Amino acid sequence: MSTTTETRRITTAKAMAEGIGLEMQRDPNVFVMGEDVGAYGGIFGSTTDLFGEFGADRVIDTPISETGFIGAGIGAAVEGLRPVVELMFVDFYGVCMDQISNHMAKIHYESGGNVKVPMVLMTATGGGYSDAAQHSQCLWGTFAHLPGMKVVVPSNPYDAKGLMISAIQDDNPVMYMFHKGGQGLVWMEKNPRSIGEVPEESYTVPIGKAAIAKEGSDVTIVTLSLSVQHSLDVAEELEAEGISVEVVDLRSLVPLDTETVLESVGKTGRVLVVDEDYKSFGLTGEIAAIIAETDPGLLKKPFSRLAVPDVPIPYARPLEYGILPTRDKIKAAVKDLMA
Amino acid sequence: MGELDRLAMYTQMVRIRQYESRIMQEYHADKSPAWDIGAGLIPGEMHLAAGQEPAAVGVCAHLKKGDAITAPHRPHHFALAHGVDMNKMTAEIYGRTGGLCKGKGGHMHLFDPENHFSCSGIIAQGLPVACGQAMAFQRKGTDNVAIAVTGEGAANQGAFHESLNLAAVWNLPVIFVIEDNDWAISVPKDASTAGASNADRAAGYGIPGVRVEDNDVEAMYEAAGAAIDRARAGDGPSLIEIHTLRLFGHFEGDAQAYRPELATVNERDPIPKYAASLQELGELTEEQIASIQADADAEVDAAIEFAKASPEPAPEDALLHVFA
Repeated sequence: MSTTTETRRITTAKAMAEGIGLEMQRDPNVFVMGEDVGAYGGIFGSTTDLFGEFGADRVIDTPISETGFIGAGIGAAVEGLRPVVELMFVDFYGVCMDQISNHMAKIHYESGGNVKVPMVLMTATGGGYSDAAQHSQCLWGTFAHLPGMKVVVPSNPYDAKGLMISAIQDDNPVMYMFHKGGQGLVWMEKNPRSIGEVPEESYTVPIGKAAIAKEGSDVTIVTLSLSVQHSLDVAEELEAEGISVEVVDLRSLVPLDTETVLESVGKTGRVLVVDEDYKSFGLTGEIAAIIAETDPGLLKKPFSRLAVPDVPIPYARPLEYGILPTRDKIKAAVKDLMA
Repeated sequence: MGELDRLAMYTQMVRIRQYESRIMQEYHADKSPAWDIGAGLIPGEMHLAAGQEPAAVGVCAHLKKGDAITAPHRPHHFALAHGVDMNKMTAEIYGRTGGLCKGKGGHMHLFDPENHFSCSGIIAQGLPVACGQAMAFQRKGTDNVAIAVTGEGAANQGAFHESLNLAAVWNLPVIFVIEDNDWAISVPKDASTAGASNADRAAGYGIPGVRVEDNDVEAMYEAAGAAIDRARAGDGPSLIEIHTLRLFGHFEGDAQAYRPELATVNERDPIPKYAASLQELGELTEEQIASIQADADAEVDAAIEFAKASPEPAPEDALLHVFA
């Protein structure tokens, strides 16, 4: 790796688009479609500059018909193409969930393994900018709950590119769920971690492998997406206070890297799961179940979790930040575990 | 458009009818005395297409290798007319390892990638998928087409309208085929659908729309031929609605008490009607009728035997095939 590639820093959005672009160069069967993915470059930058490079034939603006174009992605994938389809906000799942769950995710199984659906469905998640109840959800737990689709949830530019390339090369349908607040957009408050070093060449990040985003020995934070950035901020602050926090970035929910989670929890004996999705029946409960099924004795302190407390995402800033897993709340929860 | 082969179309209709009739017998054979939908060698819902043969036969007479079909919950006639292997399809309906999908799909979820055939139990949701297949054909530069089949009840689904618009705006080689059998389960078309003909809806998307009356296989053949030629030539999608006939219930076990015209359904059966017209033309003899029927009986009996002889899957196989 040359010095230039090591020091080049780009946003998560740009890294995603770069991953798609490299795959489009490599494989003529790869194409992109969705709402405003063309000249606009994706509302959240996921297809930045692709239209200019590949043209309208391979970067296709669709009608506002999510059932229609996600279904068309499935049909194209079944015939051997590799579509990368964008659902602009994950919150729009309500108008197309039949295609996602009953078709994209089930066809391989229903066909007894005879029909593959090599498709990426990328979608924007998350809140924090007052877009309220219908444009701020994460919902990754919902997709991870339904069998038949892989679910990846990158937290930083490097992983965003590598996971995108892995997702496009995967023979299965992959939900690629990126956080608007982690894209590094100029028009939204961003964490400096939304811009990072990304090699120019092609590389993959394996789907189903968590990362230790920061090593530590006292407490494990298991988390994903933008909450990784918040957790790393908190971990750095707590380091100064003498608390050593290990941050596990799940990166994929399906398949879930339980081994890395259990190893870290086994080491620290204290776990906090931070999730911007709804609390009940979701990721936080799943991690608790996995620990309990494996060895409840791994924990020195009762299991702790921080998630959206089962309310729709409210509009007004004080209300929204009242329910999001903010740095302050993460810090307080870690301190409780150490008390 | 190729040359009309009346005898071949008649033969295909008889073959499909024999299939649906025998599956009906087999389906009910071991569900008595207490009728239990989940019991017997063929468990689950069963939607048979007897009476709707003209729709499938009129369309599939024009199809060639590489053409795709997405069918709905009532798929057997299109599957058979499109060349899906009868043995493997029957084994799938029996839930056996020798089935098209190794017993994972069942009668509403038949997948035959070799023939680009699939079906879905969710009405109208096969239409977007057909658009995507057509998109793939277009991008690969082939002249293959995709046939998207659905019932008249499904023409009120959003997926129907999204697909028509998508196909029209992208000029996709798709032919939308609506089988209007008068009944959306128990609800008659005039109680659910604005406008007498769904073919008129095509105008809203700027594509040709044709209504085929009287469950007429030759009229369907003509309409489908024109639409398929158009699609192959790169001139885009079309919509055809055929007024067809649901000879049996919505599903097996449906008493059809809601259906006032039930007493006359057999009089409207398209197969004896077509046989009579072919005899009138001097293109079909009594001997041919008998031999075509005998061939169909033998083929279907063999398929059922094949299915019954195929092993059942092991319970642990349920965990296979979630991912490739």
